[in-house]
Amino acid sequence: MGWMVRGAPDLSVHDTFPKLMLYHAAVRGAHPAWREKDFGIWQTWNWSEVAQEVRAFAMGLKALGFRRGDRLAIVGDNRPHLYWSMLAAQSLGGVPVPMYQDAVANEMRYVLSHAEVRFAVVEDQEQVDKLLEIKSDCATLDHIIFNDPRGLRNYSQPFLTSFAKVQELGRGEESTHPDFFEDSVAQGKAQDLSVILYTSGTTGQSKGVMLAFSNVIMSAKGAIDFDRLTGDEEVLAYLPMAWVGDHIYSFGESLVAGFCVACPESSNTVMHDLRELGPTFFFAPPRIFENLLTQVMIRMEDAGRIKRSMFHYFMAVAKRCGAAILDGNKQVSLSDRLLYALGRILVYGPLLNVLGFTRIRLAHTAGEAIGPDIFRFYRSLGVNIKQIYGSTEASVFITIQPDGMIKDDTVGVPVPGVELKMADSGEVLFRSPGAFLAYFKNDEGTKATKTDDGWVSTGDAGFLDDDGHLKIIDRAKDVGKLNTGGMFAPKYIENKLKFFPFIKEAVAYGDGRDYVACFLNFDIEAVGNWAERKGLAYSGYNDLACKPEVYSLLADCVDQVNRDLANDPHLSASQVKRFLILHKELDADDGELTRTRKVRRGFIAEKYAELVTALYSGQSHCDIEAQVTFEDGRKGTIKANIAIQDAQIYQPMKKAG
Amino acid sequence: MSVSEKQIGDVILRCDNISLSFGGVRALTNISIDVREHEILAIIGPNGAGKSSMLNVINGVYHPQEGSVTYQGQTRRAMKPHETARHGIARTFQNIALFKGMSVLDNIMTGRYTKMKRNFLWQALYVGPNLKEEIEHREVCERVIDFLQIENIRKTPVGRLPYGLQKRVELGRALAAEPQLLLLDEPMAGMNVEEKEDMCRFILDVNDEFGTTIVLIEHDMGVVMDISDRVAVLDYGKKIADGSPAEVRANQDVIDAYLGVAH
Repeated sequence: MGWMVRGAPDLSVHDTFPKLMLYHAAVRGAHPAWREKDFGIWQTWNWSEVAQEVRAFAMGLKALGFRRGDRLAIVGDNRPHLYWSMLAAQSLGGVPVPMYQDAVANEMRYVLSHAEVRFAVVEDQEQVDKLLEIKSDCATLDHIIFNDPRGLRNYSQPFLTSFAKVQELGRGEESTHPDFFEDSVAQGKAQDLSVILYTSGTTGQSKGVMLAFSNVIMSAKGAIDFDRLTGDEEVLAYLPMAWVGDHIYSFGESLVAGFCVACPESSNTVMHDLRELGPTFFFAPPRIFENLLTQVMIRMEDAGRIKRSMFHYFMAVAKRCGAAILDGNKQVSLSDRLLYALGRILVYGPLLNVLGFTRIRLAHTAGEAIGPDIFRFYRSLGVNIKQIYGSTEASVFITIQPDGMIKDDTVGVPVPGVELKMADSGEVLFRSPGAFLAYFKNDEGTKATKTDDGWVSTGDAGFLDDDGHLKIIDRAKDVGKLNTGGMFAPKYIENKLKFFPFIKEAVAYGDGRDYVACFLNFDIEAVGNWAERKGLAYSGYNDLACKPEVYSLLADCVDQVNRDLANDPHLSASQVKRFLILHKELDADDGELTRTRKVRRGFIAEKYAELVTALYSGQSHCDIEAQVTFEDGRKGTIKANIAIQDAQIYQPMKKAG
Repeated sequence: MSVSEKQIGDVILRCDNISLSFGGVRALTNISIDVREHEILAIIGPNGAGKSSMLNVINGVYHPQEGSVTYQGQTRRAMKPHETARHGIARTFQNIALFKGMSVLDNIMTGRYTKMKRNFLWQALYVGPNLKEEIEHREVCERVIDFLQIENIRKTPVGRLPYGLQKRVELGRALAAEPQLLLLDEPMAGMNVEEKEDMCRFILDVNDEFGTTIVLIEHDMGVVMDISDRVAVLDYGKKIADGSPAEVRANQDVIDAYLGVAH
C-alpha cells in the first residue's frame, strides 16, 4: 500500500534509472529493494542502502577513470552487485552492456570489441579467467572488476580489482568530490542511451540493440499500468541478465515501480528459492511452467490412493470452473463455487505452496507458444498467467493478454502506447515508445528493421482476430502459400500437433504445394506407456512406428488439429491432408534438429526427398533408407517401409451469428 | 597463478621409521615421511602397498609396533582418532562413510562435533548460549556448502545423491572441522572425468584458500602429477621414492613397481 500513499515517481522528472533510484531512496528508503540468498540466508538491501552502494561504486569507477559514454560490460549470474554496477555506470553517463554469462571466451570477444568496452564487472574467478584469455584481443578493455574474490587472491594483474576495493576507492573519492555523484546523475536525460543488449545471435551475427532510458522506462510503465503492479511486488531474478526479459522485469520495472528483486543462491537452487520466496509476480518461459507441472504429475503418481483420487477429483473441478472464476465470470454455479472453495483448502492451496505460487498475483510467459493444457492448468488453479508478446527491439512489451479475456492461442492486445499493423507479407510491425534507437554500429541492420517514421518489423507473421487480439503464427520468412492460395504457416501447425503429449516432433510441408502434409515423430515414452497399457508388444521406436494402432492414435491427434484449423478463417486451408510416421527419431546428431531442438525443415525435406514425393503422390507406402549416427559416432543405415495415411479434411465453419 | 608460487612452510608432521604388521603380514616397514605446511603430498603405490595403512597410522586408527609420529611438536606412538581430530586432522574415506539418512547439512554439521563445547543434553535445547553456538557452527557449515557449491542439495538426504556428490559431501564434512591437516583417501575413485576435474579444483582451492595441508592417496596418475607438490611412492610396505612429481616420474624403482618386476 505504501506505493499508493506516497505516490508514483513523476517520470517526466525522474526520467533515468539513477534518478529513480534516488527517488525511491528518498521517498521509501526503508522499503526492500534487492535480496540475495547467501550462506543459506536471505540478505536484504533497502533502497537507501542500495543508493549508497551504487554511489560508492560509481565514485570508485570515476576514480579509476570512467568517463561519460564509456561502456561497462557485466558478466555473471543474477547478483545484486551486478545490477548495481549497471546503475553506477548509468549514474556516470556510461552505458552498461550485460553479457551472457555462459558464453565461451570466443563469443565474448566479439561483444567486448564490438561495443568497445572499457570496464568489465564480472561475478567470479571463472569469468575473470575467460576475460584474461581474450584480453589481448580487446584493445579497449582497461579494467576488470570482480565481485566474488574466491580463488583470485594470487592474481596479480594490475587491471584486476575487487568490487569492494572499488567501493572503498569511491568512498575516498567522495570526500574530495562530495557533489560529483548528484551532479552526474542530474546530467542524465531521458533520450540518453541507457543500455546495449546484444541479441543471442542464433540467427547470424548478434546485434547490439541500443535502448534509451525513455524506451525502457515507458515500456515498463506501460506494463505496470496494464497489470496494475505496485511497489510491493516481489520478483525472482533468475534469467540471464543479458536478455531483455530480465532487463525489463528485474531491473526496469523494479526501478519504475520500486518493488523488490531477489537473486537466487545459485542457478541450481532457483526452484528451491522460488518456493521460499513466494514471489507475487513471476516471469518464465513456457518450458519452466511445463517442468513444474511435470514434476507435480510425477509426484502425484507416487502419492497414496486417497491423496491421488482427491487430487484428480478437485483438478477436474478446477478444470471445469477454475479459469472462469479467475476471470470473474458470473455464470459459474453455486455448487461449483463451493466445490472450488473446498478444493482450494484441500488441494490447490497446498499445491501452489509447493510450487512457490502461494502469493502469486500475476505470471507472464513468452518466448514460444505455451501448450494450452499447461496454460489452462495454471489458470484453473487461480494463477493469473498470461502470455505476452515482445522483442528486444520493443523493450519487451508489444502485446499482453488482458484480464478476463484470455485466449489460449493469441498473445493478447497491444499494450497502451503500442501501435500495430500488418505488412502485406503478413509480417507484424509495431511502433511504440519502447522501440529501440538503433543497432549499435550497424546502420544497415537498423534500416532493414526500423523505418524512418518509427515502424519496426518483428520478423514474425501474424494477424489480429475479430476481438483485436494478436495471433502469431510463425517466423515471417517461413510463411508460405499453398497453390490453392491459402496461407501456410508450418510452425503453427507443428506446434498444434506437438501440444499432444503423444507427438514429439512434427515437420509440415505445403509451401508451393496443393495441400499440407507432414512427418510425425511420436514421443517414445508417452506412446510406449500407452502401448504397455494396451498390451501391445513392441521392441522399440522403430517397431512402434509401423504399428497400425499407433497410426490410428496419431490420426486422432491430426484429426483434432484439422477440426481446430477448420474453425480458423485464416488457416482453414492448411489442414493436414496426409501424414506419415518417421521410422527414426529426428536427432541433432544427424543434423535434423538444431542444438536447441528446432526442426530444420529444409534439410529434412532434402534428406527424405522420397518421402516428401510420396506424400504428394497417391502412394500408400514408401521405401526409405536413411543414415543414422549412433551415440558413439558410428554411422549406420535403417531401412523401412513407411505407411502414408490420409486424414479427414473439414469444411471451414461459418461463424455462428 | 601456479601451485609452485605458494609458500611451503616447515614440517608439521613427521613419521619416523614406522613399522606396522598384522600377525605375520608386514603392512609397513620402516617408513619415514615428512609433511610440510601448506603442501599437497600424494602417496601412491600399487594395490596393497600400504597407502591406506599409512593414513590410518597418521590419524591414529592403527598403532604402529615401531616408530613414532610427531605432530605439532608432540611425539607419540599411539593416539586415538578422536584425539587427532581434536588436534586438527580430518579425513575422508575410501568407501564413503556418511550417514545416509541424514541431510547434507546435518552430515556436514557432524564435522563440527569436536568443536562443540556443550554436551548433548544442552544441545537438545535450542535456547540461550546453545542457540548462539549452534548458529556459529551453522555459519561455518554454510561457508563450506558455499565453497563446495552444493547449495542445491543442502536439505537432500545423502543416500539419494549420486556417488560423486557424496564424495564432495564427505570432503565438506572434513572441511567443517576446519582442519590443519586433511587426509584424503582416494578422493577421486570411481568418478567420471568431469567429477574428477571438479574435485581437483576443490582440493587445490582448499589448499590455496585456507592454507590447509593435504595428504592424499590417489590412483589416477594424471591427477597426482597435476596437483601434488610432492609424491611419496610405497611398494610392498616400503617407501621407494619421495620427491617432486617430475623426479618420481623419472625414478627407475617407481617405473619397475608399476610395470611389475620380479621381486
